This record gives sequence, C-alpha cells and structure tokens, in this order.
Amino acid sequence: MEKKLSLPLTKEDALDLRIGDYCFLTGEMYVARDAAHKRLFELIEKGEALPIEIEGETVYYMGPSPAREGRPIGSAGPTTAGRMDKYTPTLLDMGLRAMIGKGKRTPEVYEAMKKNGAVYFAAIGGAGALLSKCIKRSDIVCYEDLGAEAIRRLYVEDFPVIVVADSQGGVLYKDIE
Amino acid sequence: MREIDVSVVTEAISEMCISVNHELSEDMRGALTRAKEMETSQTGRQVLDQLNENLKIAGEEMIPICQDTGMAVVFLEVGQEVHFTGGYIEDAVNEGVRKGYTEGYLRKSVVSDPIERKNTGDNTPAVIHYNIVSGDEVRITLAPKGFGSENMSRVFMLKPAQGIEGVKDAILTAVKDAGPNACPPMVVGVGVGGTFEKAAVLAKQALAEPVGSSTDKPQWAADLEKEMLDKVNGLGIGPAGLGGSVTAISVNVKSYATHIAGLPVAVNICCHVNRHITKII
Ligand code: SF4
Repeated sequence: MEKKLSLPLTKEDALDLRIGDYCFLTGEMYVARDAAHKRLFELIEKGEALPIEIEGETVYYMGPSPAREGRPIGSAGPTTAGRMDKYTPTLLDMGLRAMIGKGKRTPEVYEAMKKNGAVYFAAIGGAGALLSKCIKRSDIVCYEDLGAEAIRRLYVEDFPVIVVADSQGGVLYKDIE
Repeated sequence: MREIDVSVVTEAISEMCISVNHELSEDMRGALTRAKEMETSQTGRQVLDQLNENLKIAGEEMIPICQDTGMAVVFLEVGQEVHFTGGYIEDAVNEGVRKGYTEGYLRKSVVSDPIERKNTGDNTPAVIHYNIVSGDEVRITLAPKGFGSENMSRVFMLKPAQGIEGVKDAILTAVKDAGPNACPPMVVGVGVGGTFEKAAVLAKQALAEPVGSSTDKPQWAADLEKEMLDKVNGLGIGPAGLGGSVTAISVNVKSYATHIAGLPVAVNICCHVNRHITKII
C-alpha cells in the first residue's frame, strides 16, 4: 500500500503502519549515526539533558557527502541500522517513534518497538543521489566536529521509504536458512 | 628506465576518485539494467528502477552515487623500468586521494586510529597494494570501498578435504549473513588459495574484474562463478534485501597456488555501487 505521511509521525500513524507499506514522508527529521549515538548515550548514562528532542521524533541513520554550492546536501542514503542497536531500545523507551536505515535489527530493538509503538523504515541503500533530491533543507544541530556524523535536522518532501518492521512485531526481511 | 614525476600519479588519482564516485563502469551499468529484466518481484523491480534512476541523477547532477564514497583502495602495478621522480610515491597517492575527495565533494570516512577514531578530514590514508611488474608503465586501479558491504566480508581457512563444496558453502554463508546490510544486488568477490592475506587480496581484486567475464581462469573457477550466481540468486534476498530473484549481479573468482595443508577462501562482498577504475600511465 502507498501512503503519504507527514512528519513528525503521530502515534496513530505509527501504529497503523504495516510491513511492506510504501510511504512518502514530508516534514522534519533528525539525522544521527554511530558517533552521535555514542555521545547521546553517554549523556543519557550520566543523566544529563540531550541536545535534541527524542519524543515523537524520527531519526535517519545517515552520513551525507558534502553539499555542492547552492545545494542543501550531497549524496544522502541510509547506513546500516544494526550498528545503532546497542543504543536504540533506550531511545525508543524515551519516545523515539520512527527510524530510517537499512538492514536487520536485533530482537531487543523489535521488542522495544512493539512496547513503544514505533516503526522502522528502510530507505534504498546506495540510492544516495536520488534520496538527496528529496531533501530540501539540512541544518547542523550539534556535534559539528563529527563532520559527516554531526546531528542534522532535515526537511524532506516525498522521501520514499518502505516499512520493514512495524509496531506489531512484523519484520519484512526474511530469515534465510 | 622511464622517469615519471609523481605529480602525474597525484593528478590521475584525484580525477579517478571523482569520476568513479559519480559514474559506474559500463559493465556494471549494463548489469544493473539487465537486472531489472531478470527480477521477478514487484518490489525488487521498483528498487532496481530507483537504483538506475539514482545512477542517472548521480552522473547528470554530480551527486555521488552513494554517500559512502568509501575508503580508497589503490592497486599500483609499477613496471620495473619505471623511476619515480619528484617525491615519494606513497605521499603522491595520498595527495591524489586528498585532492579528489576534497575538490569532488566526497565524504571523508577515514579515522586515523581504529580505536581512538578521529576523522582525518581528507579521507587519507588510502589502502595501497604495490606490485612490481615487467615493463615501463604504471597501472593504477582505484576501487573505493563502502563499509556496509565490507563489514559483511569474511575469510575462511578451510581444510583441503572440504574442497570445492567447502568453497561453495563459504560463499553462501557470507552472502546469507550479509543479507540486506550489503545493499544488494551485490557483487561477490571470491579469492581461493594463497595464504590468509593473499586470499583476501584476491577477493578484492576479483571485485574489480568486469562483471560476467570468466576469461583467464581455471575451468572450475569459471564453473563456480556461474553455479554460485544461480545459488545466490536462489536465496531470495533480492534488491535492497526486500525479497526477489536478483541478489547478486556477479560472482567473480580469482585463485592462486596454496599450501598442501590449506584451502583459504576469502569472500569480499560488494554492494551494487561496485566502483573501480583503471588508468595506465
Ligand atoms: S554498502 Fe555500498 S551502496 Fe550500501 S551504503 Fe555502503 S557503499 Fe553505499
């Protein structure tokens, strides 16, 4: 099923989505990958405030190539989500509603998604030029020193994704024996 | 003796870094177009359409095909009649990478130390494999490698008794584990024989071979390529791992002599953004 959705996703939207749904997202999302997750997690462990809102938000696991003059961003496809799994259940418990990446997650992440009514989308890996065209604005929010790994805020229009894990425990990726 | 100023190497590498990240080789482009015709799943066809569209946008608008513009792997085959002048060749190669990645708006993905992990800011150093060959030419192959797929690569130290069946199992194991992480459809580079590290280098070199060509190899290797491409595609992982009949575009095998007691097998997985370019100076 094809759906057009606005970001931030509502709780109801997240609960309604099912694996295989092909969605076009419009609105704002955060970008964070390995190094940024590590820093956020260190703050959480110390009980300190985070530089970004987590509740109800969407995070895109991505590290773009630099933007040419006059463009908001360079190539901008998803990175492997599994590397963030160590941190993800905590963020889901804090209210993170949607994630965009590629590849399988751990059972702990799927469990935490069920518990919190969250959704995991895949964007097409290696389609960074195409996805870049859907990104209309990109601002660095913090951790600029991390270069391509800084936390960003994006505004996207009709950003194509597919639901690969839903809030009911459904997972689209097959286990291959 | 032929003198070559190392600045020529720097310039060549810089240009190659930029072009290889915006345009795939003709064999890869052709294979991705054909993949669309071979794919049976609806989602798979949709993904392949996106990938072909992505290649078009990348070339026309100069946006890298993938944001992971890789760690630069350089194979430098230097004719023994060549004398480099004007500086140290390794510095010249790294200068080319620095220049290409900076001027070409490519992502800097290299950290100076695997534990401390500080980004070097210019994508250096490259991983350089030198080979002394006959003649007076320098053959440079640049193959930037993304790590979504590199992380899924494996070396297996098989026993000789495991033979060709063991090699087949090794390939299937690596591809299954890679699944959606390696951005399928993949290209699977396989190195058989040599030592632990030789097998890995062969597998990496196999990725730079033109897809679908089986020239200059033993018959068993050519047969293995065909059989394993069918088997891998039979796994059903499909484009982007969302299910389908095209999991790999090509399986490329390279082999070398080995020890009486061993059968090393390396499987270097590459995604559909299998970038390689060669230039002869
Ligand atoms: S595995 Fe390949 S296509 Fe996928 S993100 Fe990495 S470099 Fe890009």
